[in-house]
Amino acid sequence: MTAITARSEPEIVAASLDHPAALALINRHRWRWWETLPWLAAIAFYFAFPDYLGFGTELLITILFALSLDLALGYAGIITLGHAAFFGTGAYTVGLLAFHGIWTEPITSLLIAAAVAGAVGLLSGFVLLRTRGLTLLMLTICTMALLEQAANMAHEYTGGFDGLPSLPIAAVFGYFEFNPLYPNTQFLYTLGVVLVCFLFLRTLIYSPFGQSLTGIRENVLRMHAVGSPVKRRLIICYAISAAIAGIAGALWAQTNEYVNLSVLSLDRAATVLIILILGGYGRLYGAFLGAVAYLALEHFLARIYPTAWQLGLGLLLVAIALFARNGILGLVDGLWRRLRPRRAAR
Amino acid sequence: MGFAADFAGIFLGGVAAGTVLFIVSVGLSVTMGLMGFVNLAHGAFAMFGGYLIVLAMNRAHFGFAAALALGFVATAALSALLERFFYRRLYRAGELDQVLFTIGLIFIFMAATIIVVGPESQTLQLPPQLEGQLNLGLVEYRTYSIFLIVVGLIIALGIWLVFERTRIGAQIRATVDNRNMAESLGINVDRLFTITFAFGSGMAGLGGGLGAEFLGLDPQYALKYLVYFLIAVSVGGLGSVLGVYYASLLLGVLDFALKLYLPKGGTIFIYALAILILLWRPQGLFGGKVT
Repeated sequence: MTAITARSEPEIVAASLDHPAALALINRHRWRWWETLPWLAAIAFYFAFPDYLGFGTELLITILFALSLDLALGYAGIITLGHAAFFGTGAYTVGLLAFHGIWTEPITSLLIAAAVAGAVGLLSGFVLLRTRGLTLLMLTICTMALLEQAANMAHEYTGGFDGLPSLPIAAVFGYFEFNPLYPNTQFLYTLGVVLVCFLFLRTLIYSPFGQSLTGIRENVLRMHAVGSPVKRRLIICYAISAAIAGIAGALWAQTNEYVNLSVLSLDRAATVLIILILGGYGRLYGAFLGAVAYLALEHFLARIYPTAWQLGLGLLLVAIALFARNGILGLVDGLWRRLRPRRAAR
Repeated sequence: MGFAADFAGIFLGGVAAGTVLFIVSVGLSVTMGLMGFVNLAHGAFAMFGGYLIVLAMNRAHFGFAAALALGFVATAALSALLERFFYRRLYRAGELDQVLFTIGLIFIFMAATIIVVGPESQTLQLPPQLEGQLNLGLVEYRTYSIFLIVVGLIIALGIWLVFERTRIGAQIRATVDNRNMAESLGINVDRLFTITFAFGSGMAGLGGGLGAEFLGLDPQYALKYLVYFLIAVSVGGLGSVLGVYYASLLLGVLDFALKLYLPKGGTIFIYALAILILLWRPQGLFGGKVT
């Protein structure tokens, strides 16, 4: 019996590969040429703008944070306004370990931060994900505010409002030191971590698990009906998303060499949400476009005309909510379809 | 005697703060319950009304009552316009688009306030009759706080009566329960939405002015107290007037006491309590249905 299946399986696979449906499924997660562009652009940025590497590092961390939110919000449809809870957990994990001289090695610190943030995500997801809509939104905000106040209260360990300054972070691989004046190491280290996390997320999203998340977002009832363990999937997704947000926070703490309460603020959670929606959620690359557009504008406009920046941002958000529901990528998609109508019709 | 006076002080101060919270949040509760719209910009309406009231008194020398009336009417009119032209288009959109739109509105209101009035905070000059202390027999307390508590009680009772005893109240309750059914019975739901939205925002503007004396008033107002408004509404229960009233008073008293005894991070207990209540009853303490 086993021999027959062992022989026939490759044949079935080979025969079905010609089928259009199989080809479509295989091609869907094929690596396309333009997917290399963001990474080439990051390397080009390194050589072209050596004076802006600090900004580049912040940009990469924001992309990773937005990607983690995209998994929970864009793919699984978990409406949250409290994702900074996990960013902050990761940042404070690294900060506390380094400041109190317990552990300063950066890569293992990242893993510890991911584990702690993932555990917080698992626990809070287990409790919160039984609710939906506005109640869930409120619970995520309250959880974040709770952690922020906890960090504020435990000021003997966390430094309270002032945070933990000048964290000692060991050299990467014991050799590449972090230099605050020339953040070359910070940039390349962050780029490497973000790339690894992105490849993991991309694989996850195209896996059957990722597909079931999209199913839950689109039609919970049907997923229940086909026997998908909806709640377990959501909790696991939330925990993974939290772990990656924790890595982003840990990177932030390491590259800035300090932590303060801002990592847990509603401001940060709202900003990453805006960035993701601006770029287009549920699309992987929305996080990239949104972060670049938002941070570039903020970096150059907000320092010169802070009020005009606020006004412009407000008008932009209102316009996007009213006219461009799927963000920048949605606009690009629409243009693309209009330019190539014949292909879309087929 | 000292303890009793302390206790009465905390209680009255907390209830006064809670009353302001109620006056601002009650409109949010009704609009969220009625339209299912996540209106994060509600605090911006409170800020708008508060600024109008304070500026009318300080610069145009309006009386307190006239300024309050102006704040209510102007905020209601502005919000009715916004509802007709923008909010209405997003009723059937997802929560995310609503969140994005209303966060955008907050930014616009904050920036406009800085451009038109300036970044400094404004102070409300109370009329002389409301200043000083009032002797309540057992304890003496600030006249303005007592005034706020009484005003809040009248408003809560008034709104409750309108909800339970009038035709429009019955229409609102019917629409909260089942929008499609209400519409097919001939209730003009669109008009109902505009009226309740304008009224709720007007109340927020009124609350912004009444609370300016101790909440302060600056361009950050729309964001600073947003979480409190949302907690009051979700803990009280969407669409429930009395629920928001009780939740606001509870929140006010707790906040007042915690800030007094645990000034560093004492608000952690408020968030913990809110989480526990919402997990126990996701629809809020007095809410009827889960949204």
